[in-house]
Amino acid sequence: MRVLAAMSGGVDSAVAAARAVDAGHEVVGVHMALSRQPGTLRTGARGCCTIEDARDARRAADVLGIPFYVWDLSETFVADVVEDFVAEYAAGRTPNPCVRCNERIKFAALLDKALALGFDAVCTGHYARVVRAPDGGARLHRARDRAKDQSYVLAVVAPAELEHSLFPLGDAESKDEVRAEAQRRGLAVAAKPDSHDICFIPDGDTRGFLRRHLGEQPGEVVDAAGEVVGTHAGTYGFTVGQRRGLGVDRPAPDGRPRYVLSISPAERRVVVGAAEELRVRRLLAASPVWGGDAPEGPVEVAAQVRAHGEAVPARARVVAGQVEVLLHEPLTGVAPGQTVALYVGDRVLGSATITTTARD
Amino acid sequence: MPAFLDHASTTPLRPEAAAAVVEELGHVGNASSLHSSGRRARRVVEESREALAEAVGAGVSEVVLTSGGTEADNLGVKGLYWARRAADPRRRRILAGAVEHHAVLDVVEWLAEHEGAEVTWLPVDTVGRVDLDALAAVLAEHADEVALLTLMWANNEVGTLQPVQRAAELAHAAGVPVHTDAVQAVGHVPVDFAASGADSLALSAHKFGGPVGAGALVLRRGLDLVAVQHGGGQERGVRSGTLDVPSVRGMAVAAAAAVAELGSEARRLGALRDELVAGLLDAVPGVVVRGDPDPAGRLPGHAHVTVPDCEGDSLLYLLDARGVECSTGSACQAGVPRPSHVLLAMGLDPLEARGALRFSLGRTTTAADVEAAVAAFAPAVERAQRATRAARTRRAS
Repeated sequence: MRVLAAMSGGVDSAVAAARAVDAGHEVVGVHMALSRQPGTLRTGARGCCTIEDARDARRAADVLGIPFYVWDLSETFVADVVEDFVAEYAAGRTPNPCVRCNERIKFAALLDKALALGFDAVCTGHYARVVRAPDGGARLHRARDRAKDQSYVLAVVAPAELEHSLFPLGDAESKDEVRAEAQRRGLAVAAKPDSHDICFIPDGDTRGFLRRHLGEQPGEVVDAAGEVVGTHAGTYGFTVGQRRGLGVDRPAPDGRPRYVLSISPAERRVVVGAAEELRVRRLLAASPVWGGDAPEGPVEVAAQVRAHGEAVPARARVVAGQVEVLLHEPLTGVAPGQTVALYVGDRVLGSATITTTARD
Repeated sequence: MPAFLDHASTTPLRPEAAAAVVEELGHVGNASSLHSSGRRARRVVEESREALAEAVGAGVSEVVLTSGGTEADNLGVKGLYWARRAADPRRRRILAGAVEHHAVLDVVEWLAEHEGAEVTWLPVDTVGRVDLDALAAVLAEHADEVALLTLMWANNEVGTLQPVQRAAELAHAAGVPVHTDAVQAVGHVPVDFAASGADSLALSAHKFGGPVGAGALVLRRGLDLVAVQHGGGQERGVRSGTLDVPSVRGMAVAAAAAVAELGSEARRLGALRDELVAGLLDAVPGVVVRGDPDPAGRLPGHAHVTVPDCEGDSLLYLLDARGVECSTGSACQAGVPRPSHVLLAMGLDPLEARGALRFSLGRTTTAADVEAAVAAFAPAVERAQRATRAARTRRAS
């Protein structure tokens, strides 16, 4: 196959590309330039938008002996990921930009371009597996290494795109194995630290980033009874389940810690309360993507709402195009805007974007 | 062997230049030393300086050796600006062509940002040639406050030659000195420094078959210039640093060879270039050739086209995969092609400018290279256009 290896400059995508070469594919490396300011040189935690990363990716491609190009996808990235991120926070929701990037950039803009240019597949360093269903369709499964599994952020990728996706690290036993393999192959990125930040917020200060984009929008922090307990500079600085930095100037009457329960940007109001009020037992999610046909009746699944969170047993069913998920065990810190991924065993049944949560 | 049609980025080292470099690498001697090894090195440098001066119609003492074209442009533009401003603090305005190379463009912008320069960008017409009426008008209005005019000899993207001599006449009449970036011109079209009227001229060895890392600023005798790089006072005190004798000799050998065969090469490359352009136009509807259509008004080996509904980076990849090496022509940052300021200045809209391709022919180019490029072109464009359509469909949905 002719394979386009997306190379971020990190160790995972470099080893993934190497494994694609070993598998006998004709591989071309592509680094996506996603920043409007490619000149930004940053150190420390790494993402995907710097000259340093582009160079690391290029050097890895050199070692593998594959052609390498930088493609400018900054325009679509800014519109579809960065601006979406800001708009979601402004609307009081909690987006996951990595999910959005996979949905709109890697397995959309990049894949479309690759296919049109004559490639058969895009290869990335994600830890996940594509497994053939009995009907021949491509199905997303968890990675062998559950600790590194990234199927959650890929759950938005539809079967038609999975058909053209390669995840050579899905069978890796551990990240250590991947690092050792990079070392053995002479890839200089073997010891490069993992990226944890949002790549377009290199200093990790999400609240500051949002303030720069949205400006000060001061409002009140209230408790569940509606009593004002503090002020804030913008609802976008909060996510449901957050405990620190609430700007609450007096302790709760019962002395217990308080958490963000809900956010109303229209009223510029942040509601805080006790931990147990965060417990969610039912959620509704929109725009589902199914790994195959949509389930016809209720189905027993494991539901996961965070990239590295636990999956809890649940029953899911389709109601008027939305997905209703009844959790058999409560989850906390579930916010509208998050993706819920539904698993049957290791297989991703589907995913959808949470719109509503409820305690009962 | 791929068809290398990117000679404007760099062209193969001439065998005679390579031999000269290798020979000099075997000798010891700092050209500034007074002992016999030093004198030997000095003699090589001075003979090379003479050959280079002759190749570009300059006096021997006018050649200031540098590490390349970018350094020469920095020295010429900054050095002239600072010297002119020091002589009269009112002189802060820089007149510059809108299609200058980044080695000039970014220097001018830096001077504006950090050194108080005012900039007038001179507009160009649809083929990329600067508007002399605009130059005359700004000189008439601002002559007393102009520090210098900087105008390239030949454009690196579309190959259009600039009216340096007429611009210099206008500038001199107003008492304004002229720098010209002749990096793409030397060795490819006749360059006569004295006749051009320019006061300083930048050239780069690796564009005419010399080694990378060697160049020169040709600087009119008696012209005041503030040094950019300070140290041992070499090169009339305006460019300190130990001379790279092997590279200097390699540059001189290459310059002499290039100038000697300039006429016949221009005819040979011009014919190949015309064949290439005809082939490209024939292969794909909607292709537009950019730059001056008149062979007298452009570099002989340059063919610049824009292809409708294409991204330059797609075309570059597809042609590379088919063994054809060319360029989008515009500057890259971290390897990312950006819409060319040259094409935008020529009046193209950013969408048109995205589908730019520059083929540049040189000494080693053969008819087979041209055939390979023509053969690869239509299938590459077909796929690149498909990629553009795919992106549009996705966005629409």
